[in-house]
Amino acid sequence: MALTEDRVADPGTLVDLLQRVEALEAQQDKAIQKKNKMTIIAWGGDLDRIWPTTILATTAAASGMEATVFFTFWGLFAIVKPGVRITGDNWMQKMMSMMNPGSAQKAKLSHYQFLGAGPAMFKKLADDNNVAKPDELIELAKDLGVKLIPCQMTMDLLGLKREDLIDGLEEPIGAATAIREMREAAIPLFI
Amino acid sequence: MSTTITTITTVDARGQSCPGPLVSLARAFKGASAGATFELLATDPGSRSDVPSWAELSRNELVSAESLDDGSFRYVVRKVA
Repeated sequence: MALTEDRVADPGTLVDLLQRVEALEAQQDKAIQKKNKMTIIAWGGDLDRIWPTTILATTAAASGMEATVFFTFWGLFAIVKPGVRITGDNWMQKMMSMMNPGSAQKAKLSHYQFLGAGPAMFKKLADDNNVAKPDELIELAKDLGVKLIPCQMTMDLLGLKREDLIDGLEEPIGAATAIREMREAAIPLFI
Repeated sequence: MSTTITTITTVDARGQSCPGPLVSLARAFKGASAGATFELLATDPGSRSDVPSWAELSRNELVSAESLDDGSFRYVVRKVA
């Protein structure tokens, strides 16, 4: 501090002032620096979740924001290669993969599934209205520099290997890194 | 005093739905230098709010926005940095 003794009438004031500056500095150290960034935790694998997830991520990237999508649990199936069918080492993982065919184009609707007619109608409407579909939006996201990150734990749980997933993904990460990605994002979402 | 002739590049996003027009615009902006001016043509009614939002988010300048007689929209956007 550049304050000299003769400029401060009461030494008590100076002590108080220094203490307050120290407290503010400590507070600032703990403050979180947010980036112009959107981080989405893609938990849901339903078509009606993956769709908005991919629309928001691509739009954020197109608007000059950093964008990260962390695929976990059912969301992970959206980035499984379309050709990959039965995966895993045991019957439980195999059954799970059979029930959840890979890729965003196979995603089911949370409502109005109608044995597959629902998603087909949705995609017909999308085609009629020139709306890009989730699998196209995932490709677009990669193109625009969106970081697509698989969850390592879900991959282990479901017996999915790196080669079962589509190309152009980041290295798989865990929960702590996902939290770091969310903490530094001005917009963290769980979809 | 010098006269600057501004070249306007057209981005035709007519027929595209959200986020199509913005992605087309972003693609055109990428690699363009500061001051470059683009005209975006769109039919998506959502673009009326989305293009100004995009300009704000990406810190570019929306020069003008107008509705054309055929029901489509025309935006002029300038790259700031």
